[in-house]
Amino acid sequence: MAENVQQNNDNKLKLTRHDMVSIFWRSGFEQASWNYERMQNLGFAYIMSPAIKRLYPEKDDRISAMKRHMEFFNTTPYMQSAITGVVLAMEEQRANGADIDDSAINGVKVGMMGPLAGVGDPIWWGTARPVIGAFSAGLAMSGSGLLGPIIFFLTWNILRLSFRWYTQMLGYKQGTNITQSLGGGLLQKLTEGASILGMFIMGVLVPRWTKMYFPIVISRVHTGGKTTVTTLQDIFDQLLPGLMPLVLTFICIWLLRKKVNAIWIIFGLFIVGILGYWAGIFGIAPK
Amino acid sequence: MSAISIILVLIISFLAGIEGILDEWEFHQPILACTMVGIATGNIASGVLLGGSLQMIALGWMNIGAAIAPDAALASVVSAWLVCGPSHLSVKEGIAIAIPLAIAGQVLTIFVRTIVVGLVHAADGAADTGNLHKLDLIHLTGLVLQGLRIMIPMGLVLLASPQAVQGALKAIPDVITNGLNVAGGFIVAVGYAMVINMMANSELWPWFFIGFAMSAITELNLIAMGILGLCFALIYLQLSPRFNGSSNGNGNDNSDSGNLSAEDELDRELEDL
Repeated sequence: MAENVQQNNDNKLKLTRHDMVSIFWRSGFEQASWNYERMQNLGFAYIMSPAIKRLYPEKDDRISAMKRHMEFFNTTPYMQSAITGVVLAMEEQRANGADIDDSAINGVKVGMMGPLAGVGDPIWWGTARPVIGAFSAGLAMSGSGLLGPIIFFLTWNILRLSFRWYTQMLGYKQGTNITQSLGGGLLQKLTEGASILGMFIMGVLVPRWTKMYFPIVISRVHTGGKTTVTTLQDIFDQLLPGLMPLVLTFICIWLLRKKVNAIWIIFGLFIVGILGYWAGIFGIAPK
Repeated sequence: MSAISIILVLIISFLAGIEGILDEWEFHQPILACTMVGIATGNIASGVLLGGSLQMIALGWMNIGAAIAPDAALASVVSAWLVCGPSHLSVKEGIAIAIPLAIAGQVLTIFVRTIVVGLVHAADGAADTGNLHKLDLIHLTGLVLQGLRIMIPMGLVLLASPQAVQGALKAIPDVITNGLNVAGGFIVAVGYAMVINMMANSELWPWFFIGFAMSAITELNLIAMGILGLCFALIYLQLSPRFNGSSNGNGNDNSDSGNLSAEDELDRELEDL
């Protein structure tokens, strides 16, 4: 170690731009070896691989660095870039002789992965993908050809890639201060704004794209040779179009909060659909 | 179907399987997977339509922590093949078939994710000897397994004759197919409920009902709705005392200068990159 420090004074070990790009590219494969034992651990080690190669030419240092990053790790994949950035800064300092031990590095990884997943899962999976997905699916179903899929692909990947690159570099620059700097307002604003947009769009979608049709005839009125038929659907529509989809959505929300598995609810709804059609309560909407 | 179509469908299946675990480029999402199968089989319109419909159902399928969602990858590629390929199922039938396939895919990924534990132990061995190259290769082996998870079942479906698939479907009585059709119309509510449950808190509920009321009564299309939602969010952030009081000290006397400086800051950060 003493020799290393001596050597580093003349020739400081530093991650190159090429290393940063390589680590950014590898981040896109983080979950390849997702496993039930340590989840994204090997993924994190794989991402760190170019840095370990650059920073630890000595075999013993290299082995201990590899082992260090094989510990349990799991977060929202895109949030990992920020963590990697911070860890890169720490590893670089350590390689240049700073007194940073294994537990400090693992502490930062574990300390950041939880809170960042707490923010990342609702934003990326809970808001961004449903909103972009629903928007593009709407285009796809309205017969605009390849436009919907192309918009989905581009919007998602431009967002994702720029986010990954930006947070990796931010993490690297800010070193260990990143949690504070992200905590200061900006991230919170983004979360709040995205959630408002998400909830609003969900409200919009419920009556638009849920198809429920009740063909039961409530009354037949004959006036001067003309017959006016009123179905249950007409009555619902007079109250408020989309009322029954709203009720159904709330039933689903309630069931999910009762910890009923989503796939059972889906199966249950299929059975309700079949029985309801058989009994004449549900019909195929005329259009 | 030509040999090229079949090879393309197998490649797409492999890609979808990879993305089913990576969750990066999103090739496993129905809107992309079904569209790609549609292009490969020369039946683009049905592929896009099926993809859009399945996407609505799969909106809330997300892997969080160690929980595994129903698998969009297997559901998308196999049902898209049955709709766009020589079996020529209707889009409605494709949707009905997709659900059991999503569960089968979920079971398969749980299986692979368990096998990968063995690979990780091999990677521990690579770390002991400091062999970075070997560690990289072991990591990517896991990815290949996930790709095969979708490609192999897809290959088996390709081997089945279209007549057999159609015959099996013809044997299903009308009440079932129409009932599935009806259920397919409102099954999306589960996806909405999953997404809403994830975001909802007492402050956000009004936004949901504003969206609902505007959508139920007006004829505004989705793009207009998106613009409105974005504006609501921005206005809320500007007005909410929670974001103005502490973050911007002089924001009260002149909000324009506050915005300007925030933009300048963003510009500076962009230039730093």
